[in-house]
Amino acid sequence: MAVEVKVPTILRTYTGGEKAVSGSGETLGEVLDDVDSRHSGIRERVVEGTELRRFVNVYVNDEDVRFTGGLGTSVAHGDTVVILPAVAGG
Amino acid sequence: MRFDSLLDSVGQTPLVGLPRLSPSPDVRLWAKLEDRNPTGSVKDRAALAMVVRAEKDGLMRPGCTLLEPTSGNTGISLAMAARLRGYRLVCVMPENTSHERRQLLRMWGAEIVFSPGEGGSNEAVRVAKVLADEHPDWVMLYQYGNQANADAHYETTGPEILADLPEVTHVVAGLGTTGTLMGVGRFFRESSPEVRIVAAEPRYGELVYGLRNLDEGFVPELYDESLIDTRFSVGPRDAVRRVRELLDLEGIFAGISTGAILHAALAQAARAVAAHERADICFVVCDGGWKYLSTGAYEGTVEEAEARLEDQVWA
Repeated sequence: MAVEVKVPTILRTYTGGEKAVSGSGETLGEVLDDVDSRHSGIRERVVEGTELRRFVNVYVNDEDVRFTGGLGTSVAHGDTVVILPAVAGG
Repeated sequence: MRFDSLLDSVGQTPLVGLPRLSPSPDVRLWAKLEDRNPTGSVKDRAALAMVVRAEKDGLMRPGCTLLEPTSGNTGISLAMAARLRGYRLVCVMPENTSHERRQLLRMWGAEIVFSPGEGGSNEAVRVAKVLADEHPDWVMLYQYGNQANADAHYETTGPEILADLPEVTHVVAGLGTTGTLMGVGRFFRESSPEVRIVAAEPRYGELVYGLRNLDEGFVPELYDESLIDTRFSVGPRDAVRRVRELLDLEGIFAGISTGAILHAALAQAARAVAAHERADICFVVCDGGWKYLSTGAYEGTVEEAEARLEDQVWA
């Protein structure tokens, strides 16, 4: 159950500069726990308690997980998780 | 159609069917042509509404200075309105935006203060807030938190879509200030709550997300996630691919962000087809492609266009 987790520039201090790391799990929460086991501290920057931090967006296959079950969002082998800081448009 | 002035002609845009991009007679796509507004973008609605409300609230005196952080379109709309109403406009815009946007802003008389490209529109907002503190007499309408922005779409865009397409099942629009979706979303939540409200958000290159820390992230004050049902992040490759399909198959020459919106609309169409459900999917064409010709989005291969957009605020 490997998924690719794309890491924004600002969090690459936790991944030794890697733009993407591999994670495993049945849900987004499990994937982040798994990634944190090798890149300690990264989960804390993305998650606060049981919710995503306000200025962080996470997408599974380009869909915002806040609309698909948050940390409970199902992930499958080959999925892509993207973590991004929230930015404005307009 | 006859109007008393250009400002009176904002809105009432055409809704056109897309017979060649629609997957079947039961799953149809419809384009709301917001490029038909006076300055060529959906932002004319919000800009005019914000100006009218500020005037009504007594916030603006003739000759006063308006200040606005913008990646382009809102500034262009405000510049037109400001010129006609006799205001000076200062726009704060990221430096990594298209040349045409700067030219258009200056053409309508706006002054531009550039904000650093790193951080994108977040930086424009930050710089504008600093300028607002330094110039307390300037009026910052502030599209990200101005209720008149969303109200314009609650009062006009939403009702227009429902009147032209009573069978609408999905509305798909871009998410920048969130004004379009907040207004349209609230309108449909009240009038036809079964209509799905879908957001398409541009995903830029790394430079734009290069914030110093995560707390510099920005969520517009207008944003209420209960008013939308799903939100997609669409990168430049898909946006360019779709904007070219829209041109090739339906003859519509749209801006790059519209390609991102069409991508999300087509995903909804595919889901409806797979579920054997009827769907009438309306999406917003935010602007025409004219302002983005210099980005190279319409030339060469999709990969080349994607590479050219890497550091740009293209939506």
